[in-house]
Amino acid sequence: MQWETVIGLEIHAQLATRSKIFSGASTAFGAAPNTQACNIDLGLPGVLPVLNREVVRMAVRFATAIDAELGRRSVFARKNYFYPDLPKGYQISQYELPIVGRGHVEILLEEGAAKRIGVTRAHLEEDAGKSLHEDFHGSTGIDLNRAGTPLLEIVSEPDMRSAREAVAYARKIHQIVQYLGICDGNMQEGSFRCDANVSVRPMGEDRLGTRAELKNINSFRFLERAINFEVERQIDLIESGGKVVQETRLYDAARDETRSMRTKEEANDYRYFPDPDLLPVELDDAFIEAVRSDMPELPDAKRQRFSEAYGLSAYDASVVTASLSLADYFETVAEAAGDAKLAANWVMGELAAALNKENLEIGSSPVDAPRLGAMLRRIADNTISGKIAKQVFEAMWNGEGGADEIIEARGLKQITDSGAIERVVDEVIAANPQQVESYRGAEAAKQGKMLGFFVGQVMKASQGKANPKQVNELLRQKLS
Amino acid sequence: MHNKSISELSAGLRQGAFSSVELTRHFLDRIARHDERLNAYITRTEEAALAGARAADARIAAGEAGPLTGIPIAHKDIFCTDGIRTTCGSRMLERFTAPYDATVVSRFKQAGAVVLGKTNMDEFAMGSSNETSYYGAVRNPWDTTRVPGGSSGGSAAAVAARLCVAATGTDTGGSIRQPAALCGITGLKPTYGRVSRYGMIAFASSLDQAGPMAASAEDAATLLQAMAGFDERDSTSAQEPVPDYSAALGGDLAGVRIGLPKEYFGAGLDPAVAASVEQAIDEYRRLGAEVVEISLPNTSLAVPVYYVVAPAECSSNLARFDGVRYGHRCEAPRDLEDLYKRSRAEGFGPEVKRRIMIGTYALSAGYYDAYYLKAQQIRHLISDDFARAFREVDVILGPTTPGTAFALGEKADDPVSMYLSDIYTIAVNLAGLPGISVPVAPADGRPVGLQLIGNYFQEARLLNLAHRLQQATDWHKAAPAEFE
Repeated sequence: MQWETVIGLEIHAQLATRSKIFSGASTAFGAAPNTQACNIDLGLPGVLPVLNREVVRMAVRFATAIDAELGRRSVFARKNYFYPDLPKGYQISQYELPIVGRGHVEILLEEGAAKRIGVTRAHLEEDAGKSLHEDFHGSTGIDLNRAGTPLLEIVSEPDMRSAREAVAYARKIHQIVQYLGICDGNMQEGSFRCDANVSVRPMGEDRLGTRAELKNINSFRFLERAINFEVERQIDLIESGGKVVQETRLYDAARDETRSMRTKEEANDYRYFPDPDLLPVELDDAFIEAVRSDMPELPDAKRQRFSEAYGLSAYDASVVTASLSLADYFETVAEAAGDAKLAANWVMGELAAALNKENLEIGSSPVDAPRLGAMLRRIADNTISGKIAKQVFEAMWNGEGGADEIIEARGLKQITDSGAIERVVDEVIAANPQQVESYRGAEAAKQGKMLGFFVGQVMKASQGKANPKQVNELLRQKLS
Repeated sequence: MHNKSISELSAGLRQGAFSSVELTRHFLDRIARHDERLNAYITRTEEAALAGARAADARIAAGEAGPLTGIPIAHKDIFCTDGIRTTCGSRMLERFTAPYDATVVSRFKQAGAVVLGKTNMDEFAMGSSNETSYYGAVRNPWDTTRVPGGSSGGSAAAVAARLCVAATGTDTGGSIRQPAALCGITGLKPTYGRVSRYGMIAFASSLDQAGPMAASAEDAATLLQAMAGFDERDSTSAQEPVPDYSAALGGDLAGVRIGLPKEYFGAGLDPAVAASVEQAIDEYRRLGAEVVEISLPNTSLAVPVYYVVAPAECSSNLARFDGVRYGHRCEAPRDLEDLYKRSRAEGFGPEVKRRIMIGTYALSAGYYDAYYLKAQQIRHLISDDFARAFREVDVILGPTTPGTAFALGEKADDPVSMYLSDIYTIAVNLAGLPGISVPVAPADGRPVGLQLIGNYFQEARLLNLAHRLQQATDWHKAAPAEFE
């Protein structure tokens, strides 16, 4: 039988505020346990939450970016359950009336076609703390630094039909929240987390199959793997006469499999009700207008602009706009170099490879954008060749200074003096009589290839500094 | 000295007739002498009180005294006090000391009031007799075989027996007004949002409100002045400006329209209580007020609605008492489940457990619409009743409670009968309105309370009405003989 996969994602984006959603404690990552948890985060008796206005602004930004309806009046509700790292015994979230309603984003499929994915809603909530099971000899440690960190939970429609689409959607949301400056997108630190609702149904069927919710996915690669594993598991199960049960499953990256965590029957009854400690959030026109008039350029618009203003191919434009920091980097390089295509090639080629090799993010590149741009300008103005540029780049990467400094210190400046080049060309011709003879006797079609030998010798003799274009011209002249 | 009003005491302090240390010692002596019989205090803070008194004396000497500087008061043990244990009447918090002051507590600190201790209360403010306290029942100073009411029973008994000048209380369904009535003192529940709830251990967040309990409306006005006002740490506190409550006292009552809800004078009301209330109504007529009958048709729904809303909120508010971070933890838990179950089973008393169970049930999937949602809808109807009434009258008057103080143990095994002792007070919380209980003529030697209900933020009017009655009569001056 032909099966169709149906996927919806729940994404938790940690909002990049300085203080927590309902208290003044810092949200910085990595502090010593429980040093960033104040009386409110600890859930002491008598304390009350006060909403951080900044999270509202961020949610409205997101709503604007995905063209969503706004919850003009949204309500915080309590989600009640007991867990040691949930200090109050309830999580403050939004339930019936979220701040962001229906919206959508477009993803690009491999064939180049666009697909619209619906966003059902997005709501504000507080994060819980962390339970630490290691180092406590059979006990559990509780770190409440994360408790009260603001989250925007973004719930999609079940619009995705493959793991690839799910990844494309997740990347898109990841890209948008970063462009908006509302989330740092760091998946390792848990600032951006994806849960996937996965089900299968016979092709052509309208009703949804029973879904499993996959949790504990902390990279896009694992998202794809977890979904693919789960789809296969469900199809195998059904085809062998079994039934999918509604449950939560944990993805185990080490084993590349999903495991049952709890079934629907074991699920909590969260007993949601409006939190009486917080007033409903009423958005007025002035507030919404202020947010809308202060929107940054979004990924789709930037991609379009790059491809028009810099003459980039659709592919190049989408690669360099993948993240805001990369796009900003590229744009600085392109402006400084004065040659956008060259900039794109270097950013996506040499630079990407170097970063990849050392597992660095663009933000921590040892070669900053103005430096790379300045070097590319030296290619464009014929001071160095593309080949020499690789040496210069490597030296810059190793902290030896800027391009001009390195070119000067290492004497890498390209030789464009035709007299000097001619002397080398003559030497090479004189030193290789046999090759000269066979070149002259060859058919024109073959000569092109044979010229390469002489070019190589001249470049070698000039330590790569001779202008390749001039070398080619002179050789052709002298050998004919 | 202990029968003087706050303004008399304050004048005495400023004139040097006595010092705050002397005044404080006087009250500490009275507590030492009498409280064993009453059990009004859970925690006494002699040393802190004397230190506070010395600081107050210095402030008075420096000419920086306010009306409460050096005045010995007591806080209900529901307010968190930095460095002083806060039990909330529960075993759960027997050894809990908060690292911060409630806003109410810090405002009294700033005003220079001296704190004698933390008063007894029903466990987590759940009760109408003070019998649910883990620290033992409080006795009524007028008759120690009877209850003082609850949940602010310790504060009410302490003020009535003059074991403090005045005290703070909290009122979720009548917890200031009902014990004030049963102990013969003046107790005001302000408009919801008038006083910050920050640092007040939550029972039912949408109903809880702190207020003053005092010997007179005049004293209550002085206390409310210190307590009221917006607090950025409580999102539900009101931005509304705070008037000068003392300045509003003494206003003329001519033409003031008083409404008597017929539902508050029907079946279930003790005829002796009704008679005392009638006497007070006659006084108001003499003072120039116009008295008309009104109707609050949804009155009978208030108690059932309350016993869905309040337990629902409490079931969630009390989830934080799980034995993990603070409060009672059972010995040697086997696992997490065991830790939760035994810590809570041991830490909470039966009334608290009953309400947590009712509330959990009311919020459960499949029951939420029928109970919680329906209750919220009816709550609107109850508010609408009052809104309609306040289009006709300026203030609503009735008995605070259907009867006088009942015997200890009399209703302890009959929760529904206990719940009905708050029948006239609960609707006020559901609507978020201010209400005051004022002592009127006693019935069978026991205090009777008259309740005045005002429109939102009309505390000044209520205090004035209470004050005018207290100027015209001596009912509020009666003191229990045993504690003279």
